[in-house]
Amino acid sequence: MTTALEVASAVRDPELPVLTLADLGVLRDVAEEDGRVVVTITPTYSGCPAIDEMGADLRRSLVGAGYPDVEVRLSLSPAWTTDWISEEGRSKLAAAGIAPPSRIGPTVAGPVPLNLVPPSRQVACPQCGSLNTSEISRFGSTACKALRRCHACAEPFEHVKEI
Amino acid sequence: MSFDNAYESLLGGEDAHWAFGTGFSEALSGVNREFPAGVDREALAAYCLMLGDDALIFSQRLSEWCSRAPELEEDIALANIALDLLGQARMLLTRAGEVLGRDEDALAYLRDEREFRNVHLAEIDCGPGPGGDFAATIARLLVFSSWRLALFSRLRGSADPVLAAIAEKGLKELAYHRDHAAQWTVRLGDGTDESHRRMQAGLERVWPFVDELFATHAVEVTLTGVAVDPASLRSEVDGVLEAVLNAAGLTRPTDTRAARVAGMAGRDGVHTEAMGYLLAEMQHLHRSLPGAVW
Repeated sequence: MTTALEVASAVRDPELPVLTLADLGVLRDVAEEDGRVVVTITPTYSGCPAIDEMGADLRRSLVGAGYPDVEVRLSLSPAWTTDWISEEGRSKLAAAGIAPPSRIGPTVAGPVPLNLVPPSRQVACPQCGSLNTSEISRFGSTACKALRRCHACAEPFEHVKEI
Repeated sequence: MSFDNAYESLLGGEDAHWAFGTGFSEALSGVNREFPAGVDREALAAYCLMLGDDALIFSQRLSEWCSRAPELEEDIALANIALDLLGQARMLLTRAGEVLGRDEDALAYLRDEREFRNVHLAEIDCGPGPGGDFAATIARLLVFSSWRLALFSRLRGSADPVLAAIAEKGLKELAYHRDHAAQWTVRLGDGTDESHRRMQAGLERVWPFVDELFATHAVEVTLTGVAVDPASLRSEVDGVLEAVLNAAGLTRPTDTRAARVAGMAGRDGVHTEAMGYLLAEMQHLHRSLPGAVW
């Protein structure tokens, strides 16, 4: 029998289906308590509409794999960061034509610095690898993505924005 | 299964599989929600309503721009910002509801105007309808997100672990909202004569509602260590706004104080004329069809 952790780790993200919930870093814990599987997940954004779908998919996969008693718990703290997307997840995103986020490091205490111009971080085009890209839209089709274009190959592409 | 209606075949079983409909579980499901010892629960609920209503009502206002913004990217941007705020509102109203014995839907849809605790800045009408302008909405977003970001930054240290976690989560979202508004303010203020004129007019529209943001309420005094005293945020927020206005070549308006009613404002449930119309639209469906699911 596949372990509950293996089953939960293989469940895919509903909005970025190239990634598993484990790749995305939203799967925080899988534990067995008195025969019940307790899965803990964390939302990417406060208003992420996919969070309930993630819970339902986890429950369905685990029940299908022979774990009838499943509880999905939500964890808010520590808050999700794109730094939790695994190396494998970053490779999968790039292969699917979505630029992975850069690493931002831990949040610092105190006032959050203001950015009066869009950050000048370089984002490589997932199609041709050129660094000559620019932002088209700070928001994209889902809460976690922005839209960019490549000036070398002229392709538009999505970018998982750093938070 | 009948194929007369395509949705019938989609909606069989649990509809939580779909990111729409009424299958959403409550916003704080599974989070440890014990109340810390010694905290006044009634006051905590009142405080969660204040912060939750700010997000809910401003989210409703931002949603009104969807399909009405100057460009497609802004439709998406304002709708995404509204979604983040709605997520924050759901968690805060759920927390309040644990004390009040009402769920998030009952609090959002079945309270009357005098029971809402949001600041006036969240409710005023800045468009897209008559008399409104995108620049005024950007001005409001700049002020609101600068203020709420400073507030959430301090709220991370709240003695209530749920409030601290909501703040930690929302902080990153608000930082992105503030940057978005700041970059638009600079683009419009430092753009053409027309964009500059309209951005300045947008600031003049929202500035009378600024003082209310920093007025300490009795609930915040009661909740020392749990709530943040908004008066303590003023110098930080002023500094941020000044940096943006300077970069944009805009002038800081001098009118910061809208009239109160017998000293009361949004935190006391006293609202502006715009609030009733907003609630009528937001609550109409739920009140006309009680218990409706889809």
